[in-house]
Amino acid sequence: MMAPAGDGASGASRGLEERAELRSYGWGLGLALVLTVTPFALVHWAAMPGLPLRGLIGVFALAQVIVHLRFFLQLGFGKKREITLLLLFSALLLLIMLAGTIWIMASLATRMALPVQP
Amino acid sequence: MSDAAMPDFTRRPGPAERGDDEDGEAGAQSVLVGFWLFLMSDAIIFGMVFATYVTSTAATAGGPGPHALYDIPSVALQTVLLLASSFTVGMASLALKYRHGAPRLIGWLLATLALGVAFLGLEIHDFQAMAAKGGSPSRSGFLSAFFDLVPLHGLHVAGGSIWLACLIGQMAMYGVDAPVKLGILRLVLFWHFLDIVWIAIFSVVYLAGMT
Repeated sequence: MMAPAGDGASGASRGLEERAELRSYGWGLGLALVLTVTPFALVHWAAMPGLPLRGLIGVFALAQVIVHLRFFLQLGFGKKREITLLLLFSALLLLIMLAGTIWIMASLATRMALPVQP
Repeated sequence: MSDAAMPDFTRRPGPAERGDDEDGEAGAQSVLVGFWLFLMSDAIIFGMVFATYVTSTAATAGGPGPHALYDIPSVALQTVLLLASSFTVGMASLALKYRHGAPRLIGWLLATLALGVAFLGLEIHDFQAMAAKGGSPSRSGFLSAFFDLVPLHGLHVAGGSIWLACLIGQMAMYGVDAPVKLGILRLVLFWHFLDIVWIAIFSVVYLAGMT
């Protein structure tokens, strides 16, 4: 993120780098807009049963998160590798805790005959 | 940097103080990695509040549910505002990195601030509309969980907006110096992170709530 420690000779390559980053943001914005508008449109117009629709919303959300990480935060396995690994580890922790909580609470609701998840 | 003869208490110490951004780059990188660690711990908090919400969606206790309360067109507008602010804060980071000068940098930051405040205005309006329809936090477990999750994100945006205003003030006072640069780099990460959390909110809370 900080300016590279190059000297004046790299002016042209800096210009190229800047255009590449600008393009990355442009692509990110375009893809994010498409991935936002589509699920809103699906919920508004598509006559779909609840569960597949929710799955589809989840797929679009995950795709948009990846677009933001890749094009806005410029994460990848080449540069900023440590941050990407940190993020994947946190995602694993989140997945275990989220899936565990939802599984246990849904199981509890079934066994106690509480109102089930809609 | 600052005048060595005069102790300057207005400057915050930090790794970036070792020099300007060329010499202090290793220090700046470690500050940014530390900020990423904070963001990931914040993501865990959000994740657990999401788990609370998802396990409470059926607990409406006879009160109003998602269909009666959520205003999807307003949520779509909030989503677009936040996405646009993510773009403008990215442009601010490019203006900083490629030294386009303070006016353009401040312009992009002010645009981000305006979009953030507009987002908060719409969100508060929605919360008031929900309360007017009988959807106050104390009505049911579902609504308690909703008002735990969505305003938590709103508080983050409010905090980020105050931070952004402070950074603009710092720039007006001290110019674009090393601490200000490092502050902007962290704010950019924070702001992008908040937009990612919002993706989860509009998908899990609002859109899934309407299915």
